[in-house]
Amino acid sequence: MENNKNFLVAGLGVNDPKGVFGTTLGLSGKYGESRVIETPTSENAITGIGVGLAISGFSPLLIHQRMDFFLLALDQLVNSAAKWHYMFGEQSSVPITIRLITGRGWGQGPTHSQNLHAWFAHIPGLKVVMPALASDVGDLLQAAIDDPNPVVFIEDRWLHGQRIELSTNAKLDRKKIAIGQAEVLIAGTAVTVVAAGYMVIESLKAVNFLNSRGLSIELIDLKSVKPLDENLILRSVRKTGRLVSVDSGHVSGSFGNQIIQIVATTISNPLLSPPILLGLPDVPTPTSHGPMHEYQVTSYKIGLAILNSLGLKEYEDMRECLRDKFVDAPDENFLGPF
Amino acid sequence: MKTLDLARLFVTAVRIRLIETAIAIEYPQGEMRCPVHLSVGQELLSAVFEQVQTREDTAISSHRAHAHYLGKGGDLNRMIAELYGKVTGCSKGRGGSMHLIDLEKGFIGSSAIVGNSIPIGVGVAMSHKLRGNGKVSYIFFGDGAIEEGAFYEAMNFAAVHELPCVFVCENNRYSVYTGLDKRQPTGRNIAALAEAIGVKSEVAGLGDYLETFRILESSTQKARMGFGPTFIEVPTYRFLEHCGPNDDNHLGYRPIGELDFQKDLDFITNLESRLLLEKIMSLNEVKIVKSEIENEIAQAFNFAKKSPFPTFEEIITGTYAI
Repeated sequence: MENNKNFLVAGLGVNDPKGVFGTTLGLSGKYGESRVIETPTSENAITGIGVGLAISGFSPLLIHQRMDFFLLALDQLVNSAAKWHYMFGEQSSVPITIRLITGRGWGQGPTHSQNLHAWFAHIPGLKVVMPALASDVGDLLQAAIDDPNPVVFIEDRWLHGQRIELSTNAKLDRKKIAIGQAEVLIAGTAVTVVAAGYMVIESLKAVNFLNSRGLSIELIDLKSVKPLDENLILRSVRKTGRLVSVDSGHVSGSFGNQIIQIVATTISNPLLSPPILLGLPDVPTPTSHGPMHEYQVTSYKIGLAILNSLGLKEYEDMRECLRDKFVDAPDENFLGPF
Repeated sequence: MKTLDLARLFVTAVRIRLIETAIAIEYPQGEMRCPVHLSVGQELLSAVFEQVQTREDTAISSHRAHAHYLGKGGDLNRMIAELYGKVTGCSKGRGGSMHLIDLEKGFIGSSAIVGNSIPIGVGVAMSHKLRGNGKVSYIFFGDGAIEEGAFYEAMNFAAVHELPCVFVCENNRYSVYTGLDKRQPTGRNIAALAEAIGVKSEVAGLGDYLETFRILESSTQKARMGFGPTFIEVPTYRFLEHCGPNDDNHLGYRPIGELDFQKDLDFITNLESRLLLEKIMSLNEVKIVKSEIENEIAQAFNFAKKSPFPTFEEIITGTYAI
């Protein structure tokens, strides 16, 4: 905000006492309410207003505390933001960033926890970013804001509580992450696990466990689902010959399917075992936390899928080692309310 | 305070009428292969608007945008070429009739989805306010848009932030083939509804160009000086079908006699009589004006027909800005 006077922040709650899970606290005090704009409960108009500001030379960041509410704004996202640059012959662009927060667990249920990244990735003209690690958020958010196109920036609610250690040196040495760039978080040779957003965290637990037992599993954090770093995925699967695609959305028409499709239609050597897709069942997410171990994609399920792809049996202690006491909370300290 | 130049009003209105009529005549040739929503019968507002706006002001419109584009000074050659799907069109042939743009003239776009461009126009108004540049954002839509949520959301936001915009609702009483009486409660006063949202509202009389001018001009000055938005309802009537070049009276959705009654009220005919009667223009001057416009139109169609289509290579680039 300091460097770019045309950068604006807008959303319901950006100036409220909680500041969107603390992410916008103090901003309006420093930059004023004309640049940090509290908005009415009007998702569609606010998105259109953001488009109007963007085509007039401003760079708005719009924030929605739940992705599900943003469904009211699909007209402006799909018919305006995504099309404007192309449809008007490349004469004006829409440098807009839309932060959408998804809520897994804590009874967020059918209409507060949907993962619709596959919908957004389907639309030409949009970019879709899904950081999994708090350490990537800064780079990716800056890249989204600097991008001259509409970027849908999807954050899992639990990302806000993630703790990272940042030594000053590590910060300086680190290469910046660009939109469309995936990363091999853990290198391995036997199975490729591909995940985005919070599914990276669950996958990380499973892969760390299996690798500690002597397996060699590779984990790819997509970071962006559009544009997609296809080459990194293909390079990995060419090496491992096996694929587990982990998605936070429902399985039908999922982005996880897209990963399998790309591998299946590009790699000419047959895979060593059929690719595996993990995602939510094709039923709405219930509120009850009782059956969440069965419903959600957990590290245990990911571990099982990896072993299946290798034709290996389950380790006796795997269920215990990968068992989260609560699948509906990131850790025992999380007590909601949303 | 500006005064309305009646001769100029007539020339602008006739030009729009002749352009729209030429499109209707050429359309059956099958070379303009995109939906066209013509403004024949609805020229008054755009012709008045032409004298109120300045080039620095911005305007955004809906699917029925030809008249607004022309009223804002939009390039005719590039508009006709856009209808023909040519690369020389104002949107390089990618947008068609419903997606017109002329940034040099401050016409920032038009949208096919009813109500969709209203919030965008409000965002543009907000950019004017943030910059303090004294520009006005004009937002054109029809009575159908009053039924969209985007209208309420955007009006509310403009009222809260006192944005420099003028909402112009051209009420032709039909959404496609469905009359207002089937879509909104009997006796609703659209302007009163807009006023209740918190935006100062005015209604012009049907065909009353002097009153339309007065309202549009005062709303413009108010917005320019930082006193916030105005909503204007301009009653009007569509002579042709919702989409396409034809008379559609045979469909029976208009009450018997309504079309003829409205055509008798046609303000262009009335204005022409007045100009001749008051000797503001002579019959010969009117003839010359019309023939000059006809020439201009012929050249525009010639330009469009001769222009190349975009190549496949051209249409698969430009999805993203670099």
